[in-house]
Amino acid sequence: MYTFSNKLKTFSVALIILGLIGVVYGFMTSHKSFEDVETMLAAEASHGGHAVEASDDLATTSDMTMDSASEGITVASHVNEHKEHVEHVQHQIANRPWSAIYVAAFFFFMIALGVLAFYAVQFASQAGWSPVLFRVMEGISAYVLPGGLIVLAIAVGSGIIGDYNLFIWMDPEVVANDKIIQNKESWLNIPWFAIRGLIFIAGWSLYAYFARKFSIAQDNADINDNRNFKKSFRIAAGFLVFYIYTESIMSWDWIMSVDPHWFSTLFGWYLFSGMFVSGITVIALVSIYLRSRGFLNFVNDSHIHDLAKFMFGMSIFWTYLWFSQFMLIWYSNIPEEVTYFVTRFQDYQLPFLGMVVLNFVFPLLLLMNSDYKRMSWFVVMTGVIVLAGHYIDIFVMIMPATVGDRWFIGIPEISAVLLFAGLFMLVIFTALTKAPLLAKGNPFIKESEHFHY
Amino acid sequence: METSKVIHAIYTDDDVLMSAVKRVKAEKYHIDEIFTPFPVHGLDKAMGLAPTRLAITSFIYGSIGLVFSIWLMNFIMIEDWPQDIGGKPSFSYLENSPAFVPIMFELTVFFAAHLMVITFYLRSKLWPFKKAENPDLRTTDDHFLMEISIHNNQDELVNLLKETGAVEINIVEKEEAH
Repeated sequence: MYTFSNKLKTFSVALIILGLIGVVYGFMTSHKSFEDVETMLAAEASHGGHAVEASDDLATTSDMTMDSASEGITVASHVNEHKEHVEHVQHQIANRPWSAIYVAAFFFFMIALGVLAFYAVQFASQAGWSPVLFRVMEGISAYVLPGGLIVLAIAVGSGIIGDYNLFIWMDPEVVANDKIIQNKESWLNIPWFAIRGLIFIAGWSLYAYFARKFSIAQDNADINDNRNFKKSFRIAAGFLVFYIYTESIMSWDWIMSVDPHWFSTLFGWYLFSGMFVSGITVIALVSIYLRSRGFLNFVNDSHIHDLAKFMFGMSIFWTYLWFSQFMLIWYSNIPEEVTYFVTRFQDYQLPFLGMVVLNFVFPLLLLMNSDYKRMSWFVVMTGVIVLAGHYIDIFVMIMPATVGDRWFIGIPEISAVLLFAGLFMLVIFTALTKAPLLAKGNPFIKESEHFHY
Repeated sequence: METSKVIHAIYTDDDVLMSAVKRVKAEKYHIDEIFTPFPVHGLDKAMGLAPTRLAITSFIYGSIGLVFSIWLMNFIMIEDWPQDIGGKPSFSYLENSPAFVPIMFELTVFFAAHLMVITFYLRSKLWPFKKAENPDLRTTDDHFLMEISIHNNQDELVNLLKETGAVEINIVEKEEAH
């Protein structure tokens, strides 16, 4: 049995408190008045920050004061433009803390869901190497239910209590003037969005619940009684079918609809590859941590080696999908699709290209050597890089649509990560204390214990 | 041509062979060669063979392929005749690089795979008209053969190999290649 060390518990609670303070601070500082934003833009213009846009504003304000009578009409339109621009920036600033918690909440939820999918794959494929890691996977996937509900609550909350800070299709005023969104309204409306989300979360957590139940029942069953294992096998196969449909729809709903004018067919797969690789990475990190504390003595270097191979392969799979999506749009350069990457290239160049280095070049070079995949510290180091890369991946999916060029990884973003990291650790390590760490009833457990590569 | 005597111990089971190899190694005899009809898992470790460096050569070949593809596309598409083909930016390699990635990938794989295979053939001396080296035809079907050279210790070796479960022990005069 695993005991949640007090030190780690205190650490995760401290993360939650620290993160919460930062998140509250982010929300408190994001409500800027019209005048505040106006003076801020003027100051930026004099520093040459957003030179082009803002100097226009300055010109219009000085125009206004100097000759108001002669060019009445042009001035009026200038004033309107100026007002719209300031309001646009004001809204972007207000969106930032919402987007920050949304990105962090989704990132940790996606890890848990990725682990759940990996777990189901292990059952459906009757893998012989992984049963010793099943309890670790079950522990991590305990976060699917709370994590999923939090993500959905933030998404729906941004439309109900917030000021449509994440999804512009939730704003009736925007929809009224937007033919494209109007055509998608039968899919993109808040009640149906919430119901879909609840169905997905219900399906995923039901599988997580029953898989865990059967796994523990198999432990306590007679040695010749494999009924629970067979049930696990069947529900794993069923879950994988459900998962691949719902994961795809979830990616349209929760991520792609922040840009309701844009669509991509391989987006679901792209998001899947990211969640799969981060999930596997977290399995490796948690297993290495527990092993270093002496709780997983039946996990040997070959198990770590296999996880590292999965990290390596899935990182390349992620890159393949990232590049396929990018290259097809870049190559044909159709204006209605390409704006998605144009904004990312203009305003997010470092994170957009940097994550390819983090998610592809580093894992490729660090995990290619077979010997390195057996060294725990090497796997941990690569794992941290991969997780950072996939956080930035989600960041670059959400932020351009909500805060535009007003992005920064500052207090709101970092505290949101700390908050959900703390919560994630608290939930998964508490779940790990609930059952023995070796799934001893699994028919493949002997093979797995003696697994050697 | 100089000749020397070798001993051929024949086994019919890979588990027996494995334990025989361990025994012979423990008695500090040098095993010249082992012939098996299929890969025996762990045999290289038991014999103490050095790990292969084929993967390292493959990495180097792949890197060469990558550099070659970059040079090739850069020379043709950017330097030699930078035409405007469908509005693609041929001002610099980087600007047009997404279009070159499929070629870069395929040439990397091509070089890594083919040159590694050729390296394997060269290192293991395999070619179409090569004379086969089976000491005993049955080793391609269902027998395992361990070859140890004799240096005035024929009797002890025969005794040892009999103990390890060899079904047949032959003493063979062998022409030395070098």
